Amino acid sequence: MSIPEASIARADRHLLQIEDLGRDGIEEVLRTATSFHEVNQRAIPKVPALRGKTVAMLFYENSTRTRVSFETAAKRLSADTMSIAVSASSVAKGESLRDTAQTIEAMGIDAVVVRHSSAGAPHLISKWLDASVINAGDGRHAHPTQALLDCFTVQQRLGPLDGKRIAIVGDIKHSRVARSNVAAFTALGAEVTLVAPRTLMPVAAHSWNAEVSHDIDAVLPKMDVVYLLRIQQERMSEALLPSLREYTLMFGLTTERLAKMADHTLVMHPGPMNRGVEIAGHIPELDRSVMVQQVQNGVSVRMAVLYLLLGSGVDLGAGSVPASTAPDENATAEVAP
Amino acid sequence: MAERERRGTPPFGGVFVARSEVMSADEMQRALWRMAHEIVERNHGTAEVVLIGLQTGGVPIAARLADALEKIESVRPHAGSLDVAFHRDDIGLRPVLPEEPTDIRSDLTGKTVVLVDDVLFTGRTVRAALDALQDFGRPRAVQLAVIVDRGHRELPIRADFVGKNLPTRRDEAVNVTENGVELGEVTK
Repeated sequence: MSIPEASIARADRHLLQIEDLGRDGIEEVLRTATSFHEVNQRAIPKVPALRGKTVAMLFYENSTRTRVSFETAAKRLSADTMSIAVSASSVAKGESLRDTAQTIEAMGIDAVVVRHSSAGAPHLISKWLDASVINAGDGRHAHPTQALLDCFTVQQRLGPLDGKRIAIVGDIKHSRVARSNVAAFTALGAEVTLVAPRTLMPVAAHSWNAEVSHDIDAVLPKMDVVYLLRIQQERMSEALLPSLREYTLMFGLTTERLAKMADHTLVMHPGPMNRGVEIAGHIPELDRSVMVQQVQNGVSVRMAVLYLLLGSGVDLGAGSVPASTAPDENATAEVAP
Repeated sequence: MAERERRGTPPFGGVFVARSEVMSADEMQRALWRMAHEIVERNHGTAEVVLIGLQTGGVPIAARLADALEKIESVRPHAGSLDVAFHRDDIGLRPVLPEEPTDIRSDLTGKTVVLVDDVLFTGRTVRAALDALQDFGRPRAVQLAVIVDRGHRELPIRADFVGKNLPTRRDEAVNVTENGVELGEVTK
């Protein structure tokens, strides 16, 4: 049976920020990730879905866990991967972003996973290339796959996010994870509260779709999820914090604060953690702490993103997903091969 | 067939309109009883038999076969389910989305796997299923049970247990539900 090419036209083949997905797109990723989660439990966790596709990792910023997670995801889909270590490449010799990207594409790759210290770099690259571009973190702007894996993890442990109360605590100002997670959590119906010292809260935080608080002790007991961000040591030199010890006293998740939380409240962290700063040393080992699941789910969610962009033939943009159409009671008919 | 993808996707998206009833609910139940007896006969019991329903149409059929086998042999065979989406050979040619996650909890090495689906058509779903099964061990044998074999095979695949052989045109559609089997068309 011949299938018209038009049926696989794709309007949105990049993943640059959560806002482009909308609720339907996020739910499609989570649903697909559920299937890949099962694949990852198998003795042989590999499927041939993206055989013959090539995924390049273009990392202008150091990242071990995100890069390895994407590489694992691509390999479990049977795609080939290339990793471009920027310090060892022509970039160090002065090549422009555009030339590097086009050189990579000339090698015939199907997707580029980009991390860059400047906000908007993946967006620029997506305008130049035919390949799909996946944002793996750009400056303080966005880290969409982190937000998607966090949604998946919350849903796995607590069920649908509708009405869930989630606190994001820490260096909101410099965090792309916070920006993407607020967008994703609220798109799925959760209520987000941002908690940080005034120096680490963005000036425009009140325009985000979230509550703003500077009093962690008032917030924690009401939450379903406490999402901690890393306090970056380098912020100390910017005089944003008097001392790490003071941050721990005022905003750290200490044993005393943990005791005041509800029993079901999850503790999350995108890693890498500073034990003893934003989180007391023993808390990551508790059952309510899901950092290990976050890393495991990262592979399943990134498999879902790669598959939806490169293999599925459906649009990932808001409102264009077939699953959002009305159910058809006669839909079990055998129609196509 | 994959309901979500077909539902929203021209040219296949559309509504099934029945033209004639091929099997009533009673006839389908009798066919399931006969197939269950044939499975027992062929395999000298069901001790090593594992039923795997293909998502989504094959899963309720596999459950009903398991019910029948339980009544015949007094032991319920393990029934799992398999989603073949990621093993299909038409990824990139048409929209392919996963259905429900696969549910196979045991190692299949040494077992006799009976794949169960509602309709056997081109054979491409079964090929994908054979490919996917390899990741769960090395079965001693793989057999295929379907309610309707409608012909038009594109691969060298045949069913071992068939509810009904139904000659069809390629552009017709076969709808298997708990109320029986209907032949008709899909209209936009």
